[in-house]
Amino acid sequence: MEGKNNIVFPAETLDLVKKIIARYPEGKQKSALLPILHLAQAEWKWCSPEVMDYVASLLSIKPVEVYEVASFYTMFHLEPVGEHVIEYCRTGPCCLMGGVEVYDHLKKRLGVETGGTSADGKFTVKEVECLAACGWGPVFQIREKFYMHLTKEKVDQIIDELGK
Amino acid sequence: MKILTEHIEVPGIETIDVYRKHGGYQAVEKALKKMTPDEVTEEVKKSGLRGRGGAGFPVGMKWSFLAKPEGVPRYLVCNADESEPGTFKDHYLMWKSPHTLIEGMIVSSFALGANTSYIYVRGELMYVIHILEKAIQEAYDKGLLGKNILGSGYDLDLFVQSGGGAYICGEETALLESLEGKRGNPRNKPPFPAVKGLWQCPTVVNNVESIAATSWIVNNGGDAYAQIGVGRSTGTKLISASGHIRKPGVYEIPLGITVEDFIYSDEWCGGIRDGHKLKAVVAGGSSVPILPAEMILTTATGEKRLMTYESLSDGGFATGTMLGSGGFIVMDETTCIVHNTLTFARFYHHESCGQCSPCREGTGWMDKVIKRIELGQGRKEDIDLLVDVAKKIEGNTICPLGDAAAWPVSAAIRHFRDEFEWHIEHPELATQPGAVYMRPGASWSN
Repeated sequence: MEGKNNIVFPAETLDLVKKIIARYPEGKQKSALLPILHLAQAEWKWCSPEVMDYVASLLSIKPVEVYEVASFYTMFHLEPVGEHVIEYCRTGPCCLMGGVEVYDHLKKRLGVETGGTSADGKFTVKEVECLAACGWGPVFQIREKFYMHLTKEKVDQIIDELGK
Repeated sequence: MKILTEHIEVPGIETIDVYRKHGGYQAVEKALKKMTPDEVTEEVKKSGLRGRGGAGFPVGMKWSFLAKPEGVPRYLVCNADESEPGTFKDHYLMWKSPHTLIEGMIVSSFALGANTSYIYVRGELMYVIHILEKAIQEAYDKGLLGKNILGSGYDLDLFVQSGGGAYICGEETALLESLEGKRGNPRNKPPFPAVKGLWQCPTVVNNVESIAATSWIVNNGGDAYAQIGVGRSTGTKLISASGHIRKPGVYEIPLGITVEDFIYSDEWCGGIRDGHKLKAVVAGGSSVPILPAEMILTTATGEKRLMTYESLSDGGFATGTMLGSGGFIVMDETTCIVHNTLTFARFYHHESCGQCSPCREGTGWMDKVIKRIELGQGRKEDIDLLVDVAKKIEGNTICPLGDAAAWPVSAAIRHFRDEFEWHIEHPELATQPGAVYMRPGASWSN
């Protein structure tokens, strides 16, 4: 099955999709929606309407069933994002550890406001709520990786490294 | 006394061979070969183990509510959606020692008669999901999962499900909605999940730490577990310690040590960071009432407060708090309580699912009003307005998120009203960078 604009998972991802659907009883394939949205976002960076329609077709559900879910959960990007999405924790414990200063430095360094993407398209900065890493704060996440005990210097190093 | 974390720092403990070398999967051998499901449940009941996600409801009792109609599948779902600010214990346990959870899942699923079980992990912990999936594959390869486990005739399939970023999915019925591929809107109860849960089938939802503890209970007996702790607070508890302490991290404590020991002993938090003084503690995750230094250390009747469900809640909300999820957030005298409360109010505003109007609207109002106080634009009547809004959310929503949003705001005002007043009366001082109100004569003031 193929979506609009040639949107289609590579063969090995399609195999994985089949395996995920097999985790649930017959007829309950909708349960695979969140895991498959994660795969889709990994593939296309963000959940465009075309991507969501494709996911709906894979699960034999209505497109609106995908839209209402993707818009409910904060991890899914409904607009285009930069190459690296930095999601920093803005909740109490990270703020106690100096998070606000560190994040201000991050945004200043990249010349962006929260939610914005740097001019070179490399970085999008988003603020998120507690990432369950409070004892290791301040914390941000880029894709699956956690960056902990952040300082201004550490932030500079990370941006230098990823910005190359 | 360590039950869950005894071997957590052993190199390679995340692999099944090392885990087994340290006694791993003995509970599966014992339960499946020598015990009946009811006998396992009986031991868990005897242990007095209480739900470690925050509610503290007895696990054995929750299991005994599970409906068992003929021909209908039953499910065990592990709640690994850990999202309560201040809480990171399940993250730590699954990351370091995934087999501890998997072993508990097998034992608990056996007790409940579930042949398919799910571990619902918050999507942000995708790397932990990969760790769990690898460990589950190892367990399948060794015949500890799948058909006819260890020749016992018992079958179990175990899967990991990823969430998508929503605090509300830690509420068990919202979690089930999410696992069905929907928005995480909590369900009206009754029916409870024990009767109609996942896909309308009988389901038990338990926290990671609760499930992990069942292996030790099977190995050593419920009575041995109940001997650890004080009164109805039996066993050990993982405490996530964060904030202004010398050694933040996850600690497994026997329930019943004093709060003072937990904060100041080198075995645990190691005291307040150098040169600073204890101002306040949020003892059980962001939703439980904040307490000032003197109240967290000592109860209203002058006794040393203990790390137990009962002692922490001694005095009710007037002078007490709750053990909750064990998210222990410590604040020193540099902390602005108004700003901290703002981050919590903003959190609940962001995380309200929007289903019930008191929570959807009320969390927005609290966020907005505290924000203007923090920015030096507060009005005299704002403090009472906040108390009023909090009161009107509390108890008026389908799920406990409403209460969880109301409590931190009303408690911050109850114990630090002078700090809110100072922000409103002296905006020119309060809005200076790093400005913090010092209460005259308080133990944390100079």
